[in-house]
Amino acid sequence: MSGGSNSTALAHARYVIGENPVTGFAFGLFVLIVLAAILGPSLVPYDPLASNTSRALQAPSAQHWFGTDQLGRDIFSRVVVATRLDLTIAVASVALVFVLGGLSGIAAGFFGGWVERIVMRIADTIMAFPLFVLAMGIVAALGNSVTNIVIATAIVNFPLYARVARAEANIRREAGFVEAARLSGNGDMRIVLFQILPNVFPILVVQMSLTMGYAILNAAGLSFIGLGVRPPTPEWGIMVAEGAAFMVSGEWWIAFFPGVALMLAVFCFNLLGDGLRDIVDPRRRT
Amino acid sequence: MASPALLVEDLSVEFRTRGGIVKALERVNFHVAKGETIAVVGESGSGKSVTAYAVMGILDPAARVTSGRAVLGALDLLKTDRHTLAAVRGREIAMIFQNPRTALNPIRRVGDQIADVLLRHANVTPSAAPKKAVELLETVGITDPARRAKAYPFELSGGMCQRVMIAIALAANPSLLIADEPTTGLDVTTQAIIMDIIAERAKATGMATIFITHDLGLAAERADRIVVMHAGHIVEARPTRDLFAAPRHPYTAALIAATPGPTSQLSDLRTIAGGLPDLRAAELPACRYAGRCARRLEGCAAPLPRVDAAASDALACHNPLPQERAA
Amino acid sequence: MKPEPLLDVAELSKRYVLKPQGSPVARLVRRLKKGPEAAPRLHAVDDVSFTIGRGETVGLVGESGCGKSTLVRLVARLIDANDGSIRLAGQELTHRRARDFATTPERVKIQMVFQDAGESINPRFSAFEAIADPLKRLRGLGGDALRAKVEETATRCGLPLELLPRFSHQLSGGQRARVGIARAISVEPELLILDEPTAALDVSVQVVILQLLEKLKRELGMSYLFVSHDLNVVRLLCDRVLVMYLGKIVETGPAETVFSHPRHPYTKALIAALPDANRPASERVRLAGEIASPVDPDPNTCRFVGRCPLARAECREAMPILEANSSGHAAACHFALPGKAS
Repeated sequence: MSGGSNSTALAHARYVIGENPVTGFAFGLFVLIVLAAILGPSLVPYDPLASNTSRALQAPSAQHWFGTDQLGRDIFSRVVVATRLDLTIAVASVALVFVLGGLSGIAAGFFGGWVERIVMRIADTIMAFPLFVLAMGIVAALGNSVTNIVIATAIVNFPLYARVARAEANIRREAGFVEAARLSGNGDMRIVLFQILPNVFPILVVQMSLTMGYAILNAAGLSFIGLGVRPPTPEWGIMVAEGAAFMVSGEWWIAFFPGVALMLAVFCFNLLGDGLRDIVDPRRRT
Repeated sequence: MASPALLVEDLSVEFRTRGGIVKALERVNFHVAKGETIAVVGESGSGKSVTAYAVMGILDPAARVTSGRAVLGALDLLKTDRHTLAAVRGREIAMIFQNPRTALNPIRRVGDQIADVLLRHANVTPSAAPKKAVELLETVGITDPARRAKAYPFELSGGMCQRVMIAIALAANPSLLIADEPTTGLDVTTQAIIMDIIAERAKATGMATIFITHDLGLAAERADRIVVMHAGHIVEARPTRDLFAAPRHPYTAALIAATPGPTSQLSDLRTIAGGLPDLRAAELPACRYAGRCARRLEGCAAPLPRVDAAASDALACHNPLPQERAA
Repeated sequence: MKPEPLLDVAELSKRYVLKPQGSPVARLVRRLKKGPEAAPRLHAVDDVSFTIGRGETVGLVGESGCGKSTLVRLVARLIDANDGSIRLAGQELTHRRARDFATTPERVKIQMVFQDAGESINPRFSAFEAIADPLKRLRGLGGDALRAKVEETATRCGLPLELLPRFSHQLSGGQRARVGIARAISVEPELLILDEPTAALDVSVQVVILQLLEKLKRELGMSYLFVSHDLNVVRLLCDRVLVMYLGKIVETGPAETVFSHPRHPYTKALIAALPDANRPASERVRLAGEIASPVDPDPNTCRFVGRCPLARAECREAMPILEANSSGHAAACHFALPGKAS
């Protein structure tokens, strides 16, 4: 039975991608990014940390596809290797906020009353700050580490998840199938976990894909201003920051290629969000 | 016979879907005369709404009219350009829908929405339109029309919204009204009033009415003539009394036998075997009811006789029930 | 009177507290002028009493907004009442909150079939899972016993077993209705509430479902509370009917007599509004006006007064109570017709 539904899900995914080439493109990009994150460090031609001042500031060439930076490090290798760190930060923070924001939002929407009031006031309080400044403050206060970037990124995304989950759970609180589940002897906890959550899940997955892009941008942004990841670790934000100084003197490639990588990653996750929504929605599967 | 208000001939419509091409309508022929009320009845999936949408030119983009014409006056609605059609809709043909609340603009006052139609289709001056809108609300039986004209759709009940829809539909005195399940979802008391309003207006202005419903009892009470549809075919069309007295198509008979009336018993009601055939199939049987029919013969595989759109009686069956002896 | 009714509902009321009208400023001004005011209350169900005997089918009719849905949800213990008692086989059910009722042993005894079967099946559950859920939770079945019971129930409801792995959106309307019924009867309840079970179905399917319900009632010895706005359908299935108007029961009696000799002017109007090709247009009765607001209604005025063709001054001075004639046919009207002589 499950085998059958898996194969139809696959066929459906193939159909959605066929219907919408943009989703197919985003999916291809996604696979590329994931491969770069997993295999990148063992594939790149140069050690991303090895400096060689004799080769500093070389323009893109057959030898150094993306050129070299002021310390003579190969930018292509650094951009590819950085994928793992940037993606890890984004995935970890989105997973964290998915669990925290999603569950508290569902609880708020389903139970209402004081649970809802507390969750929503927390969300409102977070939203009252300029989010990037808040993230800066959190990292500055908790200490300059990758873990704290993850936590800060999760916190600034909390209202988005809590609000979406609350709204979706609230609509379904009175749904026929929830009443039917009560009649079948399910208590509140089981209803939240087995009736509401599976139906809110796909909507949160779409949200997840959209915030992935934002999380990558946020992590890179924090590194750009010198918080979080520190040089010489290859990370897109730092690389852009380092390269920015050389833009005026004409060495555009130092900042350009990590910037393009950043842009493509964000672009990819945003496009993927739309495609995912079509794939996970069972009603579109006929 | 009086000249028909609308004559539909050989109308065929297909839908492109993932599962293949759905032959939603095949060679549909019927007419409605001036001042006449016909009811198009059938189960869901029979094509009754698709027929109306095709005539109105508001089919889904996935649908394609593959043949036929729909003649209104001197105009073939299926061949007309979009601008002429837009002018004809609202002025000559109007339509009301099953769910009035979604058909009204939620953020405009209902009086303004009626005034819009008056300005566009009824040659009413902007200064006179609001007053005329209130008058129209009064004609559809809304009490305190001046106050209701200032209401938004969400402030009105479903029955009230349907009356507003009727007021909008009738604003330009159309010669044809298509009512697609206008009272489904409304209470019987409201249903009776809505149907009264439509009937009165039709009588007063000589408007032709096509009334689409799944409720055979309501059709029996309200229509002069009934058109029965099954799986995209018209199977029978006859004056209401004749049809109920002696249905000739086996499907019509089965529908009547399945509908609970004021005196029927549960054990008397008959079920209809099977379901609609898959309209995506490449080779559909000539008679689409054959698979469910108890009176099927060998000869039923032969093509059905073509129905004359202008005739008031139509029957698409090789083995109909016997005709009642003439009274 | 019959020996002991299965369900005995007495003086049941449900009121919803609404937000006060007007802007905060207007409310403050009002409060300063008139002192503190009570929040407006919507009287969805107001002092309703009725019984259902064992093996009896009782119909509940009325227009939308009359409180039918609230009443059946109170009886199904999905929501809590403000006042009144619900006794099932002599046992009081209102002591446990609705929220906790799902996990009590009594849950098994009252089940419900919903109007929109598609909506009442979790879109992520297969038909099998939907039918299995109550058996797992309420009967503690699992493994082969569960599969056997689900298949037995599905067969009993005329659902082909090969449809069990399908999701609700892959089923036809009639098949969905069967899943909804199978889920409700799988645990063999004593009282089955049917909330417009055929409203969304074509006539050909409606007949099949009604006949299935009749058969199940005989086989399992259930009692039915059958809600419908289609009086012709209610008449087919029900022994007795309750007619509801704005939160109150205005007429009750044997189905045949209520439909043939209605006593309350509202019931009379409801019946007269049914389409009937043989009725001359001159005999059509139409209710004027709109249904009154259920928010804080005057307790001393008949609820039907604004639309009633018989209304007189005394209808605004005293709320009529439900009074039965000798044949057990009751109506709440100062000018009730005598009904059918017994």
